[in-house]
Formats: sequence, C-alpha cells, structure tokens
Amino acid sequence: MLNWLKSPATETQITHGGRLWLYALATLIILFLVVPTLIVIPMSFSDSQYLEFPPQHWSLRWYEHYFGSDEWMRATWTSIKVAILTMVVATPVGVLAAYALHTAKMPVVRLAFVLLITPMMVPLVLVAVGAFYVYVKLNILYTVTGLVLAHTVLAMPLVVIVIGSAFKTFDMAQENAARSLGAPRWKAFLTVTLPQIRFAVVTAALLSFLTSFDEVVVAMFISGGDNPTLTRNMFNALRDQIDPTIASISTIMILVTTSMMVLAQVFGGNRSSE
Amino acid sequence: MAASFANGANAAGLKHDERVEKLKLFGLSAPALLIVFVVLVIPVGWLFYLSFIGADGTFSLENYARMIDRSSYRRIFLMTFEVSVLTTALTILIGYPMAYFLAQLPNRLASIFMIAVLLPFWTSLLVRTYAWLVLLQKQGLINQWAIALGLWDEPIKMVHDLNGTLIGMVHIMLPFLILPTYGAMKSIDRDLMKAASNLGASPKHAFWTVFFPLTIPGLFAGALMVFILCLGFYVTPAVLGGGKVIMVSMKIVSNIEMFVNWGAASALGVVLLIMTMIILWVASKFLNLDRIAGGGH
Repeated sequence: MLNWLKSPATETQITHGGRLWLYALATLIILFLVVPTLIVIPMSFSDSQYLEFPPQHWSLRWYEHYFGSDEWMRATWTSIKVAILTMVVATPVGVLAAYALHTAKMPVVRLAFVLLITPMMVPLVLVAVGAFYVYVKLNILYTVTGLVLAHTVLAMPLVVIVIGSAFKTFDMAQENAARSLGAPRWKAFLTVTLPQIRFAVVTAALLSFLTSFDEVVVAMFISGGDNPTLTRNMFNALRDQIDPTIASISTIMILVTTSMMVLAQVFGGNRSSE
Repeated sequence: MAASFANGANAAGLKHDERVEKLKLFGLSAPALLIVFVVLVIPVGWLFYLSFIGADGTFSLENYARMIDRSSYRRIFLMTFEVSVLTTALTILIGYPMAYFLAQLPNRLASIFMIAVLLPFWTSLLVRTYAWLVLLQKQGLINQWAIALGLWDEPIKMVHDLNGTLIGMVHIMLPFLILPTYGAMKSIDRDLMKAASNLGASPKHAFWTVFFPLTIPGLFAGALMVFILCLGFYVTPAVLGGGKVIMVSMKIVSNIEMFVNWGAASALGVVLLIMTMIILWVASKFLNLDRIAGGGH
C-alpha cells in the first residue's frame, strides 16, 4: 500500500515519503525564519506598556512616541543621511575597484581583492575600536564624515563582489568593440558596459545603503555626540529594557527594507524582459 | 635582419605600453584601497602596536601573559568557540534541508519561497534580535502558546542565556548558509542523478554518493562564513545572552568602556583576528576564497 512513498519522486532522487518529510520540515523552517520578523508588526500597534500578542487594545501611541521624540527623529535623520552618503561613495568607488580588478590582469590583483573583502572577515568590534582610536587623532569622531568612511569600508566588499560577478558574466568583447570603433575607455564603459550591469549596480547600491543603515557595532563607538545613529540608540534602549517604541521603529524599518527589496525585484524584472 | 630588429623593438614597445595600460587600469582601484587603508589597515596596525604596550607605557607582553594566566580569559575564548561551533552546526542542520527544499522546487516556486530566506536577510539585525527577545521572554508568545497547548505548565526562562543566544544567532546566520548551499545544489547537472538511478542506485544511495558530495563546496563555504561571523559577533549575544554569554568581542568592548584598558582590549582583538585569519588560511587550502565571498550576499 505505502510502497509509493518509497518510490523516487524527482530526478534529484528523493522518494515520495522523503518529500513529505522535507515539506513538513521546510514549513517549520520557513515559520522559524519569517514569524519572528513579522510578529513585531502587530505588537507595535498595542496600547500596552508591555509587548503583547495579539494586542488587547490597538493604538498608535508608540508611533506617536517615536515621531514625537526629538531624540529618535534626530537619530533617524543621521542614519538616513549617513546611509545615503555611504551608498553614494561606496557604489562608484567599489565599481571602479571591481572594474580595475577585472581588467588589469596582474598578479597584484589577487592581493588587492583579498584586501578589499577583508572588512567582511575582520570582527566588527576590531574595526569599531580601531576606527575610534584613529578618529580621535584625525578629529573626526562623532562626525558624519567619519561614519560614512567606516560604513563605506564595510559596504565596499559587497559592491566589489556583486559587481565583480556581474563582470564575469559580461562579455568584455563588447566594450572592446566600442573602443576599437574609437570610443575612449571611459565612454565605452559608460555607454556599453554600465547599462548592461546596471541591475548589479542597483543591487550593490541598495546593499551599501542597508549595510550602513543597519550597522550597530561600529556606530556604537564612532557615532554619538550630536550624531548618534538610529541603531546606536536602539541598541542602548534594548540593553536597558524592552521599550515598545522599538517595535514601531522595527515595523517602519521592515517596511522600508521590504520596499527596497521590491524595488530591486522590479529592476531585476526589467532586465529579464529585455 | 633590420626588419626583425625593428619588430623586436616594436614588440618591446607594445609590451611596455601594455604594462602601462594595466597599471593605469589597476590605479582605478586606488580610492577603494585608500579607504581600506585609512579605516582598516592603519587602525588594526595601531591596535597591534597597542597590544604590546604595558600599563607603564613601555614595551611589554603583559597583555598577552594575562590572557594565558587568567582562567576567565580562557573561559571567554572557550565560550566564543562553543557558541560559534554550536551555531554553525545548528545552522547546517536547519539550512541544508531548507536549501534542498528550495533546490528541488521549480524555479518560479523556489523564488517565492526564497522570500522566506531573504526577508530576514534584509531585515535589520537589531529588529530580529529584538523580536526574539520579545518572543522568548517569560511572558512571551512562545511560553503563552506552549502553556495553552499544554506543552509545559509554567513559563520557562528561554532568554538571557545560552539557548536564547543560540536561537537568535542561528536565525541571523541561516541565510549565509542557505544561499551558497542552494547555489551549489542548483549548479549540479541533473543528468548525474538520472544516471545514478539508471545504474540502479536507490534514491538514498544516489543522494549520499552523488548529490551530497557535489554540494559540499557550497555548504563548506557557507559554514565557514557563518563560523567566522560568529567568532566576532557582538549584538545578539549582548542582548540575548543577558550577561551569561560572554564572547571575546564583548570582553573587548567592556575592557574599553568600563576599564579603559586599551592594551588588554587590543591584545584580545589581535588574538581574535589571528584566529580568524588562520581559519581562513586553512580553509583557503581546500576552497577558493571567492566562493566564501560569494556567500555574503
């Protein structure tokens, strides 16, 4: 009777029975992945001092508290400003570097690549502590400039990797053809290459924005004074007690990142329809 | 004779031009490298220097000696390794079936379920840590539901300890494992599995002898990324560990914030960094580093 459970279901060699188990397991894993992220949203609309689900009384008081607080608002603007500037700096600098590594076929390229992706591997606390020490000497501690510089270092590996893999699938012969027809290199790059890797560029830009916006550990050390970031304030609030304001901020952040994801998908969709 | 000589000179000239061209191209990476130097290389070099300066301001190894002498420091390193190993193991156990689930779906369906992996990936680390704090606390949702379902009678303490930390960290690390493993699975030639079954392999046999070995590079890359990220992790253990889970990175911060002891903090940082680099170096013997880097997005 149950023999069909043991027969192969797919060419990836899973049995029907195995697939039942897999689907049950996958459902649990998906719940594990998604529920904790989404549960914050309804909780943020609660009237209670304590976080409850489902909320007994709905209210916007924690949103009012957030938008009404000068401190939270200032921190939010600092975070947005720093994230946009990081995106504006890290994307072109990273694209240039990825282009250099792709086209200059020299032994030193390998070393440069490793150096550029090192910030992903180095414990963040070290970057934070080190940057703090150097920023004191450079007199840029607690400044937007200092934050942008540090966040650019953290975002650049992602840009270099995303753009680098786009170059790998891009046929450089096209750019060379443009150049052999008389276009200078920069013009060939801007008019032939860049339009074709633009999806990767948008992805890289979004990743740099999010890297900066979401960064906590480095910001703990080098943001402060007049320029604390949102995450720095959130982390401090979390360490002390569970403040429902954080739930409303979290909800807004989820909305912002999800819409950015949709944005990225829209750009990706355009590419595949071409 | 004359013609070939001219050719030779020309070739040398071309070679020279080519080298200049390559150097110019390489020069385009200068801004990126400069930023890495200012914000990463110089500061870490500075910390390295500081770690050899004793309390009296002269060269000394006392910061490193302290690490060897004091059992509290040894415990912190052991704890860091324990948390990292456990998180990586759990992430593999949960992430591999999930990647397999995605890989055997048709592409269109897979991209829908992929949202489940990407949503947390794109959601703030703090938001997710916060969510777990809320879910796992004594009056939290998990306790409420478990009691309602009769799983246990009284609220259980699940947060502010190792368990809470592990749950939060696994949740944060899963995408880093699933994405490269899924990539490895998708790139496997499907005909291989057909061939295996044509040759009489049972599904189980074909899975373990053909499919699984081919996914190891992706799995390994993901696991390595997870392990390295765990070693230097700060936020989640600081919030969910409730002071019971002390990782090296937390000790570095407290050494500076509470004791203003830069020497001790730097020495801890240097040891942590060297450990990370050794692990990466050993791993690079088995694995192309580009693959690890590819796991980061």
